[in-house]
Amino acid sequence: MVSPKVRGKPVALDGDRAVAEAIRQMSPDVVAAYPITPQTEIVMRFSEFVANGEVDTEFIPVESEHAAMSACIGASAAGGRAQTATAGAGLAFMWEVLWVASGTRLPIVMHVVNRSLSAPLNIHCDHSDSMGARDAGWIQLYDETVQEAYDNAIQALRIAEHPDVMLPTLHAMDGFILGHGLERLELLPDDAVREFVGVYKPEHSLLDVDHPVTYGPMELTDYFFEHKRQQAAAMERALEIIPQIGEEYGMLTGRYYGLMEGYRLEDAEFATVALGSTAGTIKTVVDELRDQGVKAGLLKLRCFRPFPATTVAEALGDKKAIAVLDRSLSFGAQCGPLFLEVITALFTHGFSPKVLNYAYGLGGRDIVPAQIHQVYKDLIDIDREGLAGPSLRYLGLRE
Amino acid sequence: MTLKTWREILAGGLITDAGNTEEYETGSWRSHRSIIDMDKCTHCMICWVYCPDGSIMVSDGKVIGIDLAHCKGCGICVHECPRKAISRVEEALAKEGVQ
Amino acid sequence: MSDLVEIRWHGRGGQGAVTASELLAEAALHEGKYFQAFPDYGPERMGAPIRAYTRISSSPIKQHHQVIEPDAVVVLDPTLLGIVDFTEGLDDGGLLLVNTPLSPTELRRELDFNKGKVYTVDATRVALDTMKRNITNTPMIGALLRALEVVSKDVVREEIKNRFNTRVSKEVAKANVEAFDRAYREVREG
Repeated sequence: MVSPKVRGKPVALDGDRAVAEAIRQMSPDVVAAYPITPQTEIVMRFSEFVANGEVDTEFIPVESEHAAMSACIGASAAGGRAQTATAGAGLAFMWEVLWVASGTRLPIVMHVVNRSLSAPLNIHCDHSDSMGARDAGWIQLYDETVQEAYDNAIQALRIAEHPDVMLPTLHAMDGFILGHGLERLELLPDDAVREFVGVYKPEHSLLDVDHPVTYGPMELTDYFFEHKRQQAAAMERALEIIPQIGEEYGMLTGRYYGLMEGYRLEDAEFATVALGSTAGTIKTVVDELRDQGVKAGLLKLRCFRPFPATTVAEALGDKKAIAVLDRSLSFGAQCGPLFLEVITALFTHGFSPKVLNYAYGLGGRDIVPAQIHQVYKDLIDIDREGLAGPSLRYLGLRE
Repeated sequence: MTLKTWREILAGGLITDAGNTEEYETGSWRSHRSIIDMDKCTHCMICWVYCPDGSIMVSDGKVIGIDLAHCKGCGICVHECPRKAISRVEEALAKEGVQ
Repeated sequence: MSDLVEIRWHGRGGQGAVTASELLAEAALHEGKYFQAFPDYGPERMGAPIRAYTRISSSPIKQHHQVIEPDAVVVLDPTLLGIVDFTEGLDDGGLLLVNTPLSPTELRRELDFNKGKVYTVDATRVALDTMKRNITNTPMIGALLRALEVVSKDVVREEIKNRFNTRVSKEVAKANVEAFDRAYREVREG
């Protein structure tokens, strides 16, 4: 590992403000966004930057999230860099146009601050919103810390715009826990970010009048399927590109990123799989268990879409028992969406360890170390005695 | 026409060849054909303005006929012609040469 | 060995408990430490009981959950007594600091609480005398640092001065520093 090229400046910021700084440093041509708790501070802070002349972005205060994404689509098709931010119901309201963005292959960047979906009305964190958009053709990264929220925000742009990818990209940070949680992070110098993101030169654009182009035509039974296959291929290529950009970002900052992070995973017998800020809490439990002689480990997934099946299967294949933690429910399904992916990856790669799925943390329900200790205890039990009872369990729920 | 594979087409469904509607012959959609009576026509160009498919053929400032490869037979020209110089007949009859 | 310190703040919406949690964290930044500061959001109404948390450590902090076993609990508002259970999770290693005219002995009797250390200070009076407003966060930070110097008192003092100088005015900054110093002197242990 070489020493980083630039020294960041340690600051105290919450996740929302850290992301607002990242957007300012990336200086997109257009930001179209509608405020919604717990994302509001991103929009609030960024519109201050615009009003103060600290960034020359065209800020469009739209009337809804549907309009926000639509404006981003227009701006991106016109050849500009477009970004937005949203949460919960806001993301759900964008649903229809998310598919237009990905189907048109527009490298829009979205900052999602995870919030549950109503009803009952709830403003707190779970992953129902971004999981609801998991089939919409967007690359999805998840942040563990405020530092990662900042770092992923910047890398998302490079991933989205890579010529082999050209897919809209979102990164998701846990609402309130990271969004409103003040943490220490290192901000890069403005010019380092500017250099890292470079200048966007789209191959096609609506404003290139010398090379006129039609965006968003109708395709029926003749070509629609072929274009969907192309999106799937772009996702496959993103599996190669995301770690390359993570490596380049690491050379710059000293913070390297891949598709996943193994924490004391290599020689672990019992592993959990999780997304987002909960991964940090699990790390503290893994440390405690290791001190007690339990071979515990964690697979923190950074990239959920595309799902790095081979990487995950190879990292988990030799484990005795695995628990997958889902911060969302897929009603009527056999399991949560993360579990579904992990199990499919294991099965198709010829592995069949014992597995458990936990739904946890819905509507912001706090997840504490004692509950994670229970998960590892359950894993040790099923390894010894086989699976008894349902494979989908509820963690931190009053029974 | 042989359709291309997913590896051969431009991403995102973009169309980069401007004016390519000419390649798409919509004349087969037509159930009625417009016929211009050249004796009545004053070449006022009202039909040319209104035609949604650009199917009124013009040469040297004069209307010379209808582009049957693209005319969908909507009948707007018939309705708009101030001299009632355009009439409308069933396509099947027009094909048999009945006027 | 981790030197993690976990603090839980109790106050009412608008009294500055969240600001207090952040102010301490920002001071920790100047000492090169790691920190988290986060509130327990609910209905964000003026006057509603709220909780906020600060974690400070010399090494990176991994966990992302509410503070369950606090090293220190700081209560900004005396009227929360009997409404909120602020001794929850406190054991012999912890300390409780309450804004109240009561002495630590009287408070222990009132709460029927015999563990750890108890500190009291009449921060409401300090705030009214110095700032002419019942905002008790800066005096309570002063009192806390006397009981547990989790970050250097001088660094926090500077942080308060700078924060209110830039965001409000020199007069407000001066009054806040005065309240901070006075509560630091007047806090009682028992």
